[in-house]
Amino acid sequence: MAQEQFYHALKVDESLCYGCTHCMFVCPTDAIRIRSGKASIRKDWCVDCGECMKACPVNAFYIEQDDFDKIFNYKYRVALVPVVMIGQFPSNISESEIFSVMRELGFTHVFQTEHTVDVINEAMINELNKHEERPLISAFCPAVVRLIQVRFPSLVNQIIHVKPPIDASAIFFRKMLQDKGIPDDDIGIFYVTPCAAKIASVKSPVGDDKSPVNGVINMDFLYNKVYQGIKNRGGKTSRSPGDNLPNLGPKSIGWSLTNGEAPYMKGRCLAIDEIHNVIDFLEKIENEEITDVDFLELRACDESCAGGVLVVGNRFLAVERLRKRAQLFKDIHGTPEDLIPYRDYLMGKLPLKPIEPRSILKLDEDMTLALRKMQQVRSLMCYLPGIDCGACGSPSCQSLAKDIVQREAQLSSCVFIQRMMEKHKKLHADHAIRIIEKTWGKDRLDKDCTKLGAKNEGM
Amino acid sequence: MQFKYDLEGGNFSRAGHASSEVKKILKQLNVDARIIKRIVVALYEGEVNVVAHAHKGVVMVDIDEKRIYIRIEDEGPGIPDINLAMQEGFSTASASVREMGFGAGMGLPNIKKNTDQLNIESEVGKGTVLEMTTMISS
Ligand SMILES: Nc1ncnc2c1ncn2[C@@H]1O[C@H](COP(=O)(O)OP(=O)(O)O)[C@@H](O)[C@H]1O
Ligand SMILES: [Mg+2]
Repeated sequence: MAQEQFYHALKVDESLCYGCTHCMFVCPTDAIRIRSGKASIRKDWCVDCGECMKACPVNAFYIEQDDFDKIFNYKYRVALVPVVMIGQFPSNISESEIFSVMRELGFTHVFQTEHTVDVINEAMINELNKHEERPLISAFCPAVVRLIQVRFPSLVNQIIHVKPPIDASAIFFRKMLQDKGIPDDDIGIFYVTPCAAKIASVKSPVGDDKSPVNGVINMDFLYNKVYQGIKNRGGKTSRSPGDNLPNLGPKSIGWSLTNGEAPYMKGRCLAIDEIHNVIDFLEKIENEEITDVDFLELRACDESCAGGVLVVGNRFLAVERLRKRAQLFKDIHGTPEDLIPYRDYLMGKLPLKPIEPRSILKLDEDMTLALRKMQQVRSLMCYLPGIDCGACGSPSCQSLAKDIVQREAQLSSCVFIQRMMEKHKKLHADHAIRIIEKTWGKDRLDKDCTKLGAKNEGM
Repeated sequence: MQFKYDLEGGNFSRAGHASSEVKKILKQLNVDARIIKRIVVALYEGEVNVVAHAHKGVVMVDIDEKRIYIRIEDEGPGIPDINLAMQEGFSTASASVREMGFGAGMGLPNIKKNTDQLNIESEVGKGTVLEMTTMISS
């Protein structure tokens, strides 16, 4: 049942959204429509890639996160921190400084997400050896996994059924704490997320029944808290107690960045980042135009996780810092010492359940009806202007035509059709305005000098 | 429902356009993914053959509830011996075409394998017509 509804972390703050078309046009799955002057997201179409949030001129998108105080529901409060978090801070701020401030904020343990990369890598290579089908695709990026489910349903079986570091590390650290005698209910693991898709994957996991992560904290939020904490210490080196974290080696540091996985897989491996690039490539794979690739590392964000929508700093600088860091620790290899005894345990927990296709492309379940609907769409396209202006509240003439056929819009939503109807005296001017207000909100066409770019902007 | 796509000899970067479009249509019609795959593979090979061996061509597609019918018609050198051309590995592709990764001689055999019904007619010096029919519902 839970699988039916697609949880998604991206939300629209209706008090901020003033109804423009930026988000609608950039959405790679056409999941956004404008209704009553606000952006509305189609839940099961959205893959939580965050493109809309990046494009919004008024910051009307937000990412739902768990209340920070939720961590205090647990006696043992674990922060699971991905490497890109460290990449946010200037290089004169040390990792232990960052982590000790996090302990001051209330976490009892700070662990690194990429701690388990070596074991994951081994499991992925096993899968590559076991399956004939090519290319196999990494399950690392949850936005990509969802993109494949909704837009490339025929490729779901090519996703490698191995859990990504967030889940693997949560499983390992939980087990390690349990083995120290801590009851499971007392352990709260909180992932510090660089993106919306990871939150969605915690709230409604794909290929897993329940996430091993208890909650999610947005990276931008925690960054501000930690940065403030470090400043308030005024350069004092007093460190709150806590285990010193093992330093990660280059493989773990680089794993979430572009070309993080590909160099460690077998055969011909490619790394592709940014969602439109990913879509273009998946089209070719689906057409079997490209058949001689063994492994694909696909990431929704430009520069992978360093380009996540909740990452504060510039992605190129973050990558540069992390690459330098990897160079510094170039002699660290292999599985971390504390993980070695848990290798077999973790291996057993890594397989994902089958990932179901969830096509959003089909016009109807029933092929005869789908055929009829497609005929209707093509007939409607004879009348729609093909300008793709978005003034109807749908991202293109084609999507308006589909919306009409699915009874989610009307032909008269098109402003150009309205003109023609007025010309032929089939539509009264007042009625036309009412139609526009239905899409763009009441009094939307009235003079308003406070809007973005107008002479009294923001007053 | 009918669709038409033009093919241009020698333009390898466009080969795959028709199959990509047909794939989008079949996905919207909720055709089984495995059947889509067969159709797309066959059409793609057919497109590549026009691009690699002929001057220009047209793809005509007709879809109803039961089957998809695809007709690829080209103006080009034609195929002198169709039976020979159908053999795996047989190819007259030029060295430059091979360098681009085409011309393994597997195109026509693959088309045969991936269509329910295939008909080829060709006239040397004039052109070739490929007709492929595949059932889309059981
Ligand atoms: N449309 C066509 N026009 C002319 N010759 C063709 C055409 N399609 C196929 N052929 C001939 O048949 C041969 C075998 O075709 P195919 O099995 O697709 O292999 P390939 O295209 O790799 O050579 C080609 O090398 C060519 O000589
Ligand atoms: Mg060929």
